[in-house]
Amino acid sequence: MNPRNVGEIEDADGVGTCGNPVCGDLMTFYIKIHPQTDDLDKARISEIRFKTFGCGAAIAVASMASEMAKGKSLSEVAAMSRDDVANMLDGLPPIKMHCSNIGVQAIQEAVKDYLQQIGRDDLARRIKGCPKKEH
Amino acid sequence: MRNKERRVYLDNNATTPTDPRIIEKMLPYFHEISANPSSIHRAGRQARDAVEEAREKLSRLVNCRTEETYFTSGGTEADNMAIKGTVFAQNERNKIITSEIEHHAVLTTCEYMTKFGYEIIKVPVDKHGIVDLDFLSRSVDEKTLLVSIMHANNEVGTIEPVNEIARIAHRHGAIFHTDAVQTVGKIPIDIDDLEIDMLSLSGHKFYGPKGIGALIVRRGTRFDPLHHGGHHERNKRAGTENVPGIVGLGKACEIAVTEITGEEKRLQVLRDNLWAGITKDIKEVLLNGHPEKRLAGTLNLSVRYIEGESMLLNLDMQGICASSGSACTSGSLEASHVLLAMGVPHDLAHGSLRFSMGRFNRDEDIDYVIKVFPEIVRKLRAISPLYKNNLSKH
Repeated sequence: MNPRNVGEIEDADGVGTCGNPVCGDLMTFYIKIHPQTDDLDKARISEIRFKTFGCGAAIAVASMASEMAKGKSLSEVAAMSRDDVANMLDGLPPIKMHCSNIGVQAIQEAVKDYLQQIGRDDLARRIKGCPKKEH
Repeated sequence: MRNKERRVYLDNNATTPTDPRIIEKMLPYFHEISANPSSIHRAGRQARDAVEEAREKLSRLVNCRTEETYFTSGGTEADNMAIKGTVFAQNERNKIITSEIEHHAVLTTCEYMTKFGYEIIKVPVDKHGIVDLDFLSRSVDEKTLLVSIMHANNEVGTIEPVNEIARIAHRHGAIFHTDAVQTVGKIPIDIDDLEIDMLSLSGHKFYGPKGIGALIVRRGTRFDPLHHGGHHERNKRAGTENVPGIVGLGKACEIAVTEITGEEKRLQVLRDNLWAGITKDIKEVLLNGHPEKRLAGTLNLSVRYIEGESMLLNLDMQGICASSGSACTSGSLEASHVLLAMGVPHDLAHGSLRFSMGRFNRDEDIDYVIKVFPEIVRKLRAISPLYKNNLSKH
């Protein structure tokens, strides 16, 4: 088990967390944005790190989602879905799809956090982020 | 990274490896002595003798009469037979009392009985997993048909005060059934002393083969069969006897009678050494289960800030077999109902791990776990967001 991009970014431009320990899975993503603009097609994720409390599937999901989001523009990240991650992992057991497959949403939360910090709440609202009901 | 050579099996509460002495005893009954025990020819009589010899060995282990034993396909069938069998045999009483920490073989069967108009009451447990006897006393009444509470819990190993439970049940004429799948062959059981009416047991939990178990039913306890058909097991369990399985169960009982006391002491030393070794190197590990009234081979613990299944996967890569009460391992989205009933918080229930030791474990197995486990915990804590949060508080 060698997950990629594990860790934190101290001066992150955005931080996003999805899940909770009651559900059994919790993920926090840290992102750096370059260039720092509110143009979603130009701003890209230049660096990404995560930490996770969760089962083996959750760790795999977080690692894969971080690899997939790295270098992508924010509009591309906004269009990513949990199915993309599951497909890249060659599928996940059905029971893991709901609880463990929250990597994409957590990265989108980090993007929302970035947009809010630069004063673009309007753009942040359009990005999905964490599922409403997590359990 | 991976250790493919080493295998340390510490999941004996799930199932035990069959003792080679038992396999040897079973083998002739697959081919040489393979007749039907119901046949009257000599070969059939040989098979019948083997079944009856096994029955005597089983009776000796739990101190019952041979005519009080009914061979089943295992613990689950025995539990079903006890609960449904007593329900089907009467129509005066409509209440069944069980506990919140039962095995699903009992819980799900009891819940099913609500379909037939039965009221099910689940007695809560304290933080160590001991059933609330006051709650039980208040719940049992003249409408109570059956009290079904396990002898020892499979997840945490806590041993229940079954004799006191039996007395409370009997005060109002209720039948007392106990799922003793985790205790038969591991701790001495005398169903007379304990005043047990019905007891379920399973062969593969104490070094016998899978697919064989038994229900012990005290004389005078009314129950109907689940399986109807031939006259097997005195009309209470139709179907040709699983002769090799029964012979294996008998041998398992015979070995247990002679080895039970020494083995209990030996396992307790292994278990306590494992706990001491783990807590010496890893901070913030909590014990689940009763500190003393607990199965000698069961160690259930929660490691703060990390999740059980990811620990299991990492242990597995080092060749160590254990289990967890995490939702991820249950096939459902819920953490262990046993740990939650004991008041263990969700994150700690997800972070639980059970090591269960048995006859074939040695000191080296424990030393090996103590050697590799701290590094696994360190690695998983390093990637846990909960661990970071904790450090920033200090």
